[in-house]
Amino acid sequence: MFAFDRIKKALLVSAWFMFLTFPILVIRINPVERIVEWRWINMLLIGVGSFFLSFVWHYFIRRKEMGARRAETGEESEAAPLAQRILKNKKIYRPALVVAGIFALCFPFIFSLYQTNIMISALIYVMLGLGLNIVVGLAGLLDLGYVAFYAVGAYAYALLNYHFGLTFWMVLPIGAGLGALFGILLGFPVLRLRGDYLAIVTLGFGEIIRIILENWNEFSFGPSGISNIPRPSLFGIDLSVHDATIYIYYVMIGLCLLTIFVVNRLQDSRIGRAWIALREDEIACQAMGIDKARTKLTAFALGATWAGMSGVVFAAKTTFVNPASFTIWESIIILCIVVLGGMGSIIGVIAGALVLILMPEYLRAFSEYRMLAFGVVLVVMMVFRPGGLIPNVRRIYTFKGATESGKGG
Amino acid sequence: MESVLKVQNLGMNFGGLRALDSVDLAVGRNEIVALIGPNGAGKTTFFNCVTGIYPPTEGDILIAVRGKGDLKRINGLKPNRVTEKGLARTFQNIRLFPHMTVLENVMIGRHCRMAAGILGAVLRGGSTVREEQSAVQESYAILEKMGLAPFVNDFAKNLPYGAQRRLEIARAMATEPFLLLLDEPAAGMNPYETKELDDLIQRVRHEEGIAILLIEHDMKLVMSLSDRICVVDYGRKIAQGTPDEIRNNPAVIKAYLGEEMDA
Repeated sequence: MFAFDRIKKALLVSAWFMFLTFPILVIRINPVERIVEWRWINMLLIGVGSFFLSFVWHYFIRRKEMGARRAETGEESEAAPLAQRILKNKKIYRPALVVAGIFALCFPFIFSLYQTNIMISALIYVMLGLGLNIVVGLAGLLDLGYVAFYAVGAYAYALLNYHFGLTFWMVLPIGAGLGALFGILLGFPVLRLRGDYLAIVTLGFGEIIRIILENWNEFSFGPSGISNIPRPSLFGIDLSVHDATIYIYYVMIGLCLLTIFVVNRLQDSRIGRAWIALREDEIACQAMGIDKARTKLTAFALGATWAGMSGVVFAAKTTFVNPASFTIWESIIILCIVVLGGMGSIIGVIAGALVLILMPEYLRAFSEYRMLAFGVVLVVMMVFRPGGLIPNVRRIYTFKGATESGKGG
Repeated sequence: MESVLKVQNLGMNFGGLRALDSVDLAVGRNEIVALIGPNGAGKTTFFNCVTGIYPPTEGDILIAVRGKGDLKRINGLKPNRVTEKGLARTFQNIRLFPHMTVLENVMIGRHCRMAAGILGAVLRGGSTVREEQSAVQESYAILEKMGLAPFVNDFAKNLPYGAQRRLEIARAMATEPFLLLLDEPAAGMNPYETKELDDLIQRVRHEEGIAILLIEHDMKLVMSLSDRICVVDYGRKIAQGTPDEIRNNPAVIKAYLGEEMDA
């Protein structure tokens, strides 16, 4: 009975689509021979295609609703996301981590320089995503101008090197510090704002930084940017392009590990909890003795630190910076990485960055459809997995003599 | 009696609206005081002024200094500073952190009694680890006392209603207050749950030595719990006294039931 209902629904959908596409896909007027072509085969394809898609779509929607109902009644949902089951199971998780580690270490020797370069930019986005994850995912402050801190880092290296000849390793901590400083600078005026208003101000901040870089010729050399930025050297030895790229790859792996380590420790600490509480309920958070202003500022500063650092690496990798690299579009991509990966989830953000940055590179053949696919993926994700690819899981504590975590009650 | 909270001549204006008009109130050590009054009388505004959410237009709010006998003015302090000084509150409409576990909710209450900074959190030195562990243990002890231990790792939003109310109290207790402000703790509870809450509040007072100021509409609970009752109406204090005195006070009866009409 149910199956019949579903088939009927899908049939209606396909009939509707056939009707809608009839004028453009079926009728073709051939002006040379002055005849009308009827391409019935197209109608058939549309019909079968939309029937199939609507059937699949409804199947997934129903499955999701059933899952939600099961979770509400408190039953252990057997369909716990695959990724989470893997994470919980140490027997799978540990070896997987080792394999991923070995793969990451061997990557530049297995694949070409081109692939390594792509991987470096993916890793830069991993770092950016993890940084923005602090601000958006943990502290719940929607920041649309995150790319500004990335630009600050990149220009810090470019300018300090141009004027004072500072090297990559000297500028890396300076870039991080400048990122944090700009994070606090942005944080102060927006302490009272939240939600949409905060998003608008941060959006403006990002644009201000870019426009300053574009127009203040004496300072930043305007739209033409700064070229000939040196790649990092290994203990003072200059490397060839090939070696330097591999070197940057390993530097990036190291920086990503550092980011993961720090963010992981932070989110399970007193400060990380304060961020999450701030995201959940600002008033209750203050009433529980948390200094709202300080907590927000640390979130902005610590988020921006990683953007500053990755900016330095970006400048060293491309050896050229100009304002065109730091448009609002970059902010949106980083935000998409966080949302798609899973807000507040480290491993989710890494997965999100790899998917969103690597997919377009390897699917260049379909680059015309890139934006289309991007949109479809985001919509589908929001409908089926609003928590992201790998949602955040809170830490479970066990106590001696405590009974099993009670369900319902 | 030695007071832990003394409010003098408190006034609060919202534009042209006078929400509170020279209200005086004192809460003694280890005392349970109830603040009652019809809807819109200004009870929650009173709480918001005392806990620093609104800066009062006039008057003084004094609280005891921990470990000393004297009182200190706290007007204009931010809510978090007030909490640090030893005043904790719950909210009329439950304000838990829904996507944090029950334990984490209570640990947020410990926040202002912990010291770990960014560096400490990243390096995770001995003192940070010890502090974290003791916070977990203390939080768990509070949950056990409140009968919430079975829910430790559940999300706060998934708790049954009565347990959410208790969790709010547990979270407030974690800040180590000497005065607890409860805003309608029994709202929406059935008689059985209200009875449990009654016992719980009594226990908090006796075992922890915490003074309690509560807003409540459930008269049975108010009469059985409170040492003293303060009645406000239209922002003014209209009566104060023991439950028996209040029960027979004509001004109170008038505020609640309206004036008796002559036949």
